[in-house]
Amino acid sequence: MENNNRFPLAMRLLHWAMAALIISMLLAGLAMVRSLEPWQLTILTAHKAFGLLAFVLVILRIAIRMKSQTLPLPSSLSRVQKRGAIASHYVLYALMVAMPVSGYLMQYVAARPVEIFGLFTLPASLTADIESYGLFREIHGYLAIAFIAMILLHISAALHHHFVRKDSVLKSML
Amino acid sequence: MISQFLPHVVSERRCMIAALLLSLGMTTTVYASQTADTVTAQEFVDLQEGDSPHAGYRRAHAKGVCITGEFRANGNLSDIVTTPLFAPGVTPFTGRYSIAGGNPYAPDLSSPVRSLALNFALSSPNQWRIAMNTPPVMAVTNPHDFYQQIVAIKKGPEAVKAFFKDHPESKDFMTWRASYSPAGSFSGETYHSLNAFYLHDKQGNQQAVRWKMVPASAAPFDETEGPDALQERLAQQLDAAPVVYDWVFTLAGADDDENNPAVKWPASREQRVAGQIVITDWQPQLEGNCHSLNFDPLVLPNGISATEDPILRARSAAYAESYRRRAREALAGALEGERDGE
Repeated sequence: MENNNRFPLAMRLLHWAMAALIISMLLAGLAMVRSLEPWQLTILTAHKAFGLLAFVLVILRIAIRMKSQTLPLPSSLSRVQKRGAIASHYVLYALMVAMPVSGYLMQYVAARPVEIFGLFTLPASLTADIESYGLFREIHGYLAIAFIAMILLHISAALHHHFVRKDSVLKSML
Repeated sequence: MISQFLPHVVSERRCMIAALLLSLGMTTTVYASQTADTVTAQEFVDLQEGDSPHAGYRRAHAKGVCITGEFRANGNLSDIVTTPLFAPGVTPFTGRYSIAGGNPYAPDLSSPVRSLALNFALSSPNQWRIAMNTPPVMAVTNPHDFYQQIVAIKKGPEAVKAFFKDHPESKDFMTWRASYSPAGSFSGETYHSLNAFYLHDKQGNQQAVRWKMVPASAAPFDETEGPDALQERLAQQLDAAPVVYDWVFTLAGADDDENNPAVKWPASREQRVAGQIVITDWQPQLEGNCHSLNFDPLVLPNGISATEDPILRARSAAYAESYRRRAREALAGALEGERDGE
């Protein structure tokens, strides 16, 4: 019975693991571009490595999502609300992919190899191109702002479903 | 549980508001912790660029010239560092000579500090940027005092005097400054790593080092004057012969603090010449490929790592902000006219 009202375990686990990862990464990003403190390098190095992890996880997540049966939205929602809900999820997935991709590209074109947990290093261009760096750096920054806005909207919507509409949308992810 | 004791509507709203405030609160906490009493990367670069930034140029060391050449390693470091660059052999590099200051049109001979930066693109995942200055030590030990030092320099000689009086840690820097007289050319200066780094050997041991480039040979030049004197003299020299430096490493002793960039290490410390830096050619800075590079001293190859030196860490973070600003400006076309005009 309960299984039918909730998303598959793999999807729920990935959702909450990535939620923690992404929120930490966004906060780390906001802090590290401002800081001159010695921990800046530590956070920056971790941010890049966890960025690769987030990229791998979102690809896995999209694959699982495409194979899994998702739950229908509550029938009480209007057509506009349903469309909004579906569109916002597409945007969230797009951001989950675009954030690590733009982050890596800005490092690549700036000729900065990315070290992953001391295990291996992602390649970088042998010559830098500052205009391409400018493009990807700005994209990465604006996407971060859009991501924060979308996450706040997503959280607000989840709480609205649970407390105001009193439907099972939030519970289906727990 | 709480909802049992409270009117239902109130608890719902409270929960929603609390959750939203928590998200927003975490973000603002991050900002607040940054702005309390520490200098941010933005504030630092704001200070460097002043009221009239030169769009598209570096915020520090804005004026310079690109160089190319090769490093001829003699293998003298092979036992203490795994980086293949130091095995006997020849490795090409690109680089940049520059003068301190944010003005890309400043007269060459007016600047008190000169710099040499190198870039070794050893392989796609293994690259090294080196940014060296003429002073062997920093006057201060952390970015906040460094900020105040620049504030004092911008205010004038009286403020500088007062600053150094308040900062006894600048003793070694002051001693160097008193004995230093600028060379007539980029090629005649000795350039220092400023900060210490660790070299790692095959066994996993680490050795803290500083290094310097010591002039080994350069062609004579005419004492041309004018705003681009150092660049003109370099061009003359390179027409005749390469400019050569010995790359000299100083190995820290047990008593040396590798995290303090203001203290000179004793002259008795072991020194090793790792080979020669041979500069063969130059290009105007907007045409050569040094323009696109951020000479971030924390882009390090395998076998070399950063110390905890707060100035070293801050250099990387501040360079990133400067690079971001000029990249954004370059993207917007700030340098198009400059290039065509040359």
